[in-house]
Amino acid sequence: MMELVVATLLKIVFMLVLVIGLIPVLVWAERKGSAFIQDRTGPNRASVAGIRLGGLVHPIADVVKLLFKEDVRPDGVHGFLYALAPFVVFFVALVTYAVIPFGDYLEVGGRQIPLVVADLNVGILYVFAIASLGTYGIVMAGWASNNKYAFLGALRSTSQMISYEISMGLAIMGLLLIFQSLRLTEIVSGQGDLIWGFLPKWGVVIQPLGALLFITAIFAETNRTPFDLPEGESEIVAGYHLEYSSMKFALFFMAEYANMVIGAALIATLFFGGWNIPWLSRQTITAGADTLLPLVLGLQAVVSGVIAWLFFRRAVRERGKFGDARDREPGLLGGFFAVVGALSLASFALAPWRVGPAGASLFATLLQVGAFVGKVVFFCWFFVWVRWTLPRFRYDQLMSLGWKVMLPLALANLVITAVGVAIV
Amino acid sequence: MSLGERVYVGEVLRGLLITIRHLLRNIFAMKDMPTVQYPEEKPRYSDRFRGRHRLMKRDDGSPRCVACMMCSTACPADCIHITAAEHPDPTIEKYPERFDIDLLRCVYCGLCEEACPCDAIRMDTGIYEIVADAREKFFVDKDFLLNDETRGTL
Repeated sequence: MMELVVATLLKIVFMLVLVIGLIPVLVWAERKGSAFIQDRTGPNRASVAGIRLGGLVHPIADVVKLLFKEDVRPDGVHGFLYALAPFVVFFVALVTYAVIPFGDYLEVGGRQIPLVVADLNVGILYVFAIASLGTYGIVMAGWASNNKYAFLGALRSTSQMISYEISMGLAIMGLLLIFQSLRLTEIVSGQGDLIWGFLPKWGVVIQPLGALLFITAIFAETNRTPFDLPEGESEIVAGYHLEYSSMKFALFFMAEYANMVIGAALIATLFFGGWNIPWLSRQTITAGADTLLPLVLGLQAVVSGVIAWLFFRRAVRERGKFGDARDREPGLLGGFFAVVGALSLASFALAPWRVGPAGASLFATLLQVGAFVGKVVFFCWFFVWVRWTLPRFRYDQLMSLGWKVMLPLALANLVITAVGVAIV
Repeated sequence: MSLGERVYVGEVLRGLLITIRHLLRNIFAMKDMPTVQYPEEKPRYSDRFRGRHRLMKRDDGSPRCVACMMCSTACPADCIHITAAEHPDPTIEKYPERFDIDLLRCVYCGLCEEACPCDAIRMDTGIYEIVADAREKFFVDKDFLLNDETRGTL
């Protein structure tokens, strides 16, 4: 019993660190990525002792600013709901992670601990139920602010959520029919199989239309461009969080990014194999750990070495370019990567080619968790990438896309899949 | 719109390709980015650029301005205020006792330069960063316009 509690707590901590740790990184990626996409350099001014690290110091400065900013509370707000709303939104954004499997299992002393906080047999329903609760927070914020713009933003958010939740639910129906389970762990392990011996049985391969519809609906669910109508600074100022300041605003902001991470995790879990690495099943990894582990370590050493070399070359070339602490930046980064590379090389002293069965199991788990985190990070970046590519939809366009295009397509997809499953 | 454009997905992918191309080019060839790192690197403007005004002097150091009021009449923003006084030299009719410009009202149109019959006011200083921490400091007088060396900070 005690072990279960400790294991669960550790898993919760892992998920929280992943989600909350990704938020500042995503803020940075959003600002820097948008800048580079638009041919700007982006944030690069905040510095610690003159070291700027290409804007990575900005999230720290943002946190300090938001913590110490005055919490303005306008007259006429509904006190209790106004204060509650950001917490509802943020809470809802965080609890969805409970059912997402981030790895197969971890073997500790002969026991297999499944790497998911709560393995519910209605996992996917739980996600949808909780995710739509977020709308309550938004409506609360919009109504309690006693501001018409905020209220309009909240209303737009609700109608958008309702419209897109239907297509979202229908889009994954085909997937559920094929894997015959609502349990996310089973859906993920089902995607580890191969079709005809070479094609990974990922959701995106067997349900391409479903994947497209689901990804689109997830964008609407997380209120990201091109579906970020609850905001829309040009027509309704800033939407539901218009009257919020300091840390309360930051909670809305963090919730948006946390939602983005969950959206990315859901896309990865349902349609891109979750923690599965294509053509490398767990058996393959554990059986070949004595060659795979040195390979991975060697690759890590080579990649960090190349990055370190590039940075050092830049440090030598640009010596004295700025005449201040910034000149030390490439050297510092190069040093960091050199240390990582050296550590990877040093680990060869532990003879990774003679890894035991316990080590092999741990290695397989780490590799799979790494694959999951990598996919999540990629889809988070995908959210940012799409945001800076597509303009926002007009409201009637959004509605007609949701009801006249996505819903019929999702239904058609469901019917075709059902017929296919019945025949096969 | 053609059918391909109406399906939209292909066009979205095309858009994504365009943005990622910009991103990669800017990461791997940061030197070619058109951004100017402003406080460290100053933009180079053409010689005809209109910066902050200055007043010209005669050889003896007195202002070349004869307080004819042409510039303040031509000024569309009404930012030049001149108080004329009689000049001790009988060959010169008047001189400006006060010559004030409200830099906050100025629209940098250059009509004062055009109107001036004796080339007394010019906007060729090249100063485009005009900074002060109080509104009143932007109200500059004759002395400042004749002799200022602050390069922008008032």
